[in-house]
Amino acid sequence: MILAVLDDSPAALDMLAYTQSLGQQVEAVTFGAADTDDLAKRGVRAVHRIAHDELADCAPAASGEALSQLIEHLRPEGVVGVCSDAVTEAMAHVAAITGLPLATNCVEVSTGDPWLLTRVRGGGMLLEEAELHASPALLTIAQGVSGDIGAGPVESCEVREFTPELTEAAATTQQARIVERASRGSGMTLATAPVIVSGGRGVGSADGYRALEELAERLGGVVGCSRVATNNGWRPHSDQVGLTGTKVAPELYLACGISGATQHWVGCMDSKVIMAVNTDPEAPLVRRATYAVIGDIHEVLPAVIDELKARSEG
Amino acid sequence: MSTDSSRVPSSADVVIIGAGIVGNSVAYHLAELGWRNIVLLDKGPLPDPGGSTGHASNFIFPVDHSKEITALTLESMRQYEKLGTITTCGGIEVARTEERIEELKRRLASSKAWGIPSELITPERVAQLVPFVDPSVILGGFWTPSAAVVDPLQTGALMREQASAHGALTVSANTEVTGISTERGRVTAIHTDKGDIATDRIVVACGVWSPRIARMAGARIPLTPAVHQMMDVGPIPELADTGTEIAYPIVRDMDALMYERQSGADLEIGSYAHRPILHEPDEIPSIEAAALSPTQLPFTQDDFDPQLEDALELFGSILNEPGAGVRHAINGLLSMTPDGAPILGESPEVGGLWSAAAVWIKEGPGVGRMMAEWMTTGTPEIDLHGADIARFYPHQRTTHHVVARANEGFNKIYGIVHPREQWASNRRQRLSPFHAREVEAGAVFFEVGGWERPHWYESNRPLVTEFGVPDRPHEWDGRWWSPITNAEHLAMRERAAMIDLTAFAQFDVSGPGALDYLQRMVMAQVDKAVGRLIYTPVLAPNGGFRSDLTIVRLGDEHFRVITGGADGARDAFWFRSHLPDDGSVAFADITSAVCTLGLWGPRARDILAATTPDDVSNEAFGFGTAKRIVIDGVPVLALRVSYVGDLGWELHAPFEHGQHLWDAIAAAGEPHGIVPAGIGVYGTTGRLEKGYRLMGAELDSEYNAVEAGLALPKVKSADFIGKEAYLAARESGPAATLCTLALGNTADHTSASGIARFPQGGEPILARDGERIVDRKGRSSYVTTAGAAPSLGTYLLMAYLPPEYAVEGERLVVEYMAEQYPVTVARVGRTPLFDPDDTRMKS
Amino acid sequence: MDVLVCVKRVPAPGAKVPLTDDATEIDTRYLGHTIGPHEECAVEEAVRIVKEHGGSATVLAVGPAEADEQLRYAIAMGADRGVLVDVGAAELDPQATASAIVHAVGDTRYDLVLFGTESADASHYQVGIRVARALGLPIVGGIKGVKFEDGAVQLRREVADGVEVYRVPLPTAAAVKEGLNLPRYPSMPGRLKAKKARIDVVPYEPEPGGLRKVRLRQPNDNREEAIVLGHGADAAPAVVDVFERIGVIS
Repeated sequence: MILAVLDDSPAALDMLAYTQSLGQQVEAVTFGAADTDDLAKRGVRAVHRIAHDELADCAPAASGEALSQLIEHLRPEGVVGVCSDAVTEAMAHVAAITGLPLATNCVEVSTGDPWLLTRVRGGGMLLEEAELHASPALLTIAQGVSGDIGAGPVESCEVREFTPELTEAAATTQQARIVERASRGSGMTLATAPVIVSGGRGVGSADGYRALEELAERLGGVVGCSRVATNNGWRPHSDQVGLTGTKVAPELYLACGISGATQHWVGCMDSKVIMAVNTDPEAPLVRRATYAVIGDIHEVLPAVIDELKARSEG
Repeated sequence: MSTDSSRVPSSADVVIIGAGIVGNSVAYHLAELGWRNIVLLDKGPLPDPGGSTGHASNFIFPVDHSKEITALTLESMRQYEKLGTITTCGGIEVARTEERIEELKRRLASSKAWGIPSELITPERVAQLVPFVDPSVILGGFWTPSAAVVDPLQTGALMREQASAHGALTVSANTEVTGISTERGRVTAIHTDKGDIATDRIVVACGVWSPRIARMAGARIPLTPAVHQMMDVGPIPELADTGTEIAYPIVRDMDALMYERQSGADLEIGSYAHRPILHEPDEIPSIEAAALSPTQLPFTQDDFDPQLEDALELFGSILNEPGAGVRHAINGLLSMTPDGAPILGESPEVGGLWSAAAVWIKEGPGVGRMMAEWMTTGTPEIDLHGADIARFYPHQRTTHHVVARANEGFNKIYGIVHPREQWASNRRQRLSPFHAREVEAGAVFFEVGGWERPHWYESNRPLVTEFGVPDRPHEWDGRWWSPITNAEHLAMRERAAMIDLTAFAQFDVSGPGALDYLQRMVMAQVDKAVGRLIYTPVLAPNGGFRSDLTIVRLGDEHFRVITGGADGARDAFWFRSHLPDDGSVAFADITSAVCTLGLWGPRARDILAATTPDDVSNEAFGFGTAKRIVIDGVPVLALRVSYVGDLGWELHAPFEHGQHLWDAIAAAGEPHGIVPAGIGVYGTTGRLEKGYRLMGAELDSEYNAVEAGLALPKVKSADFIGKEAYLAARESGPAATLCTLALGNTADHTSASGIARFPQGGEPILARDGERIVDRKGRSSYVTTAGAAPSLGTYLLMAYLPPEYAVEGERLVVEYMAEQYPVTVARVGRTPLFDPDDTRMKS
Repeated sequence: MDVLVCVKRVPAPGAKVPLTDDATEIDTRYLGHTIGPHEECAVEEAVRIVKEHGGSATVLAVGPAEADEQLRYAIAMGADRGVLVDVGAAELDPQATASAIVHAVGDTRYDLVLFGTESADASHYQVGIRVARALGLPIVGGIKGVKFEDGAVQLRREVADGVEVYRVPLPTAAAVKEGLNLPRYPSMPGRLKAKKARIDVVPYEPEPGGLRKVRLRQPNDNREEAIVLGHGADAAPAVVDVFERIGVIS
């Protein structure tokens, strides 16, 4: 049996499907509510719901503690997590508590002894083929990896509550407690926006982003930037797309004056459509984009905005 | 023009590889000169394909001791000016040591010789010009107001644009050369990843990659990529406040082997002080694999560390600024050659393959124009013999040699290099058969073309006392020099000397077409009686000098060409590349088969007669003739000729007989007091007293035979290269005439600090009021050769002077180390000062 | 406040990452090396903390002897000293890396131990957590804000739906992310100081863990060449056509 550790992101369902394709029985684990109808449709017969009063305000260490107790209890052959920050962090705590190896960011997995896997390094710069010698095998599946649902729908999905014992012994590592929590509100973020108008060195200054903001507004999107823009103080780091910023996957990624170093590319490569505007026809991002416009963004963007205005009026 | 077409044209009149500053300039100037169907390729993207042009510090200090390099730089500055891509900010070379102050004085002389306004300034003045320099750590500066920064990428873009406007140029970026085809030693096509181009001319202008491209055609371009470390430190408020790219003069901290220049809000620091870090052209990372660009390699901090303190010492006030950090640091690649000079011209190894490599940003545009002229007319306006790719002998093209000399030369980039300074690495490559004897005699060897040549012999030191030769009191004047040379000279004039001349390059030219061929190659009449010697200029197509050499007519259809070791490789290429296609002339380079011993002095005939049964009397063996004689059993080709002005012979023998020949002459000469003499006598003192010209010093392609005083009374009827220009020069007369000038008495050339000084060559000759002398062609008067004339008891300088100054007895001045000394025009033209009627050597 | 920052020496590749012939490592012959961006922020934060609160900033690297370069870079930024756990040239798995750090820390007590959330090259996302567990320290990852208050520290991080702020008593560990601060460039005097600084070298041969690298490979880049919509302002209509076609405007 393999445990699939879910959160409430769509990627979790991709992960579930991929895990089911590994050819073993899969049971789900959640830390919150579970949509049992949906899970049943996806062929999951049981979901283990970890619940404890402490978990809400405790550091991820507590989640890890709880998850490792569940693992001890169920003795699965493998535990597969979705590659979100929260689940990965909990899985890392499980690994640290149990002394087991953990393979993160996997894109290909085959069970066995050892498990063979391919994982993503450097946000997508390289792939690593590795063996995982351990039982249970702990791993997380990279976002965007999915599979055909291995199991047909089942009649129902049973919820099995699991209450961990968060003992004094574990208290040290659980001393981190949440004292403040702010919701992002309803505003769009890089992670959720359907369109990102992103600017790099070619924008030239903080002022230069005005045209990008106007275009983003017209397209119902947000502004992003490359690391150059952050380092020059043109944009806050929260706007940064890339390996060490936010990884994005919008419908349209409009890259303005971004040459496209690998560190940036791996942050935007999952976008459905990439359009690059650059003076250099040979810039890496221009070559990798779906569409390209060769020219200075200070000429191209105003013209595009004018064209949008003209069409909306017409 | 198209930059993103997926295929290259199928044929071209010329293909230029490399779209850096050099390639762009070559393309532009070829188009200006009427070329069409020019293709410019680069494997990188435009406008910055990733070569050295893209990361250079882009500043220009126009003054160089080399006339050739300075001329290329000035021409480049004119082009940058015309395109509006130059920003004049001035530059200061600062001195931390007394020795450097002397070097700056020497630079001042060079600046005056080449006509670039400059001055020596105090530390306080330096601090006025660049307020963040600490004046207490320097002793002075050399201020060049015209020093500037340029934008070579923009320059290249404009040049491409203009060439394209002529409809002359196709540019293909992101196009990698995969091969070059040749047939019968000439290029026929170039292969790229975007198709093949049939062409018979290729210009390799790919900087550090040039060796790799040349090798595809089977040729060598002897350079190596070498690291030059650079970093940007900032932001610095004082610099940011200027609001411009550069508002302060560039500072070259010469003794620290570094430079510092403003670059916007940053101070850019470059170093030539670190260990030489050489790379293989094949191992430069690809554009995809390079983090920054292929020629901007990862910075190696350890190598730069020692320079941090020097930089902080001079620029502490801004480099200690809180918040100023090292924002960018690279190991930039540049090209190092064995002698530090560029590599230009058609490869002697593969016809139609032209090199335009190892060029700095300051020379790039000028090199482009010169290459275009060279390819179009056969002669560039600026004499480029020092940069000619044909200058290298085979061993000098090897990686072994390139690496050895690049390692040794790297720290000389900002070093103080004496004009006679010798290389230490990769020596003892070419040894004459006399070498063992020379070592026994305490020879001090100087190198030419890889040959070890005795410059003087320590065993002759007693002669210094015997002849009472004074030493030179100033260390610089006496560096790489010995009074023994003058003593050897006097011993030769009084008794006899034997001189190793094995470094001569020698060619045998034979066959039914040999006479016509040589007639076409040289200026003098070659159709002389068998056994005659012919001294002749070899002219470039523009009538300037390509070479000067001696031809011996050995038979009706058999000639020997004998030329200097320094230019032997260039001459071999020149002669080979003009051979007729019909096979009527055989050409053999026999340099390695022949050794040559010079025997001169009043006792020379007595000595020679004692070694040979042959009649060597003046009646039987007149001046200007050749004879085969036998010396103690050694078959020898003896030439009755002299470059030192005394009776004697050049004795040419099979190489393996050399030591026997030496011993025979030495033994026979002993009773006559023969001495071995070095090239110091042959090349300088003896030659100067006789007013003989030296290729590369007095003779270059910017001066014609009339000006050099080498015009012949009659012009032969046969056609020859440069004839038309030669006839025109005879018609128009000289714009300047080569003269010999003499320093006055000791008091006349004693410096303010009381030391007698001796100019070493390259100094400006000025009018008595200190004004520069410039002829009507714009050429200034400077010292082409300087040296002692021991038999005349004076010190001579050679220089070209315009007619109004070329008057015997005219009093002028020479500027040396920031002081001016009176000189007198002792001779106008070629008549020797010593033994003007040549009675000694013709007796 | 004594702060320990763990940094990793990682290659700084270009657009294409070259591999060794056996494909087990990145071919670094012509590559520079650097500290990953997350860890550079950690060093910057440590330097700022020490400037404000006193104490010392120690940087620690597990790697080959050449990692000395990254430690000196951190010292040039303002850290006080360096510890190099010399484990040789081969890359370690995360369990081995963690054990090397734990070994080197030994009995030394730090008020704050900083990590990058994940390394820039291997992206294992676990070394800091393993070390913190072994040292008995709390740890929170993804930190983009650090604020001290009476014997404790507030750690702020962004999560999917907003922001969380943790209060953690000292001593503690934290794994930080780029965006925490804007790291400074090392100053020239800093470089000079770093050149002379002492680096303690701790040789160590850790036991390998259970994740064993077999080989590396480059991801397939099967994207087709971009469709060029035009040059300059003239391309605007074609651009808006694309917007319409893919449905980002109606």
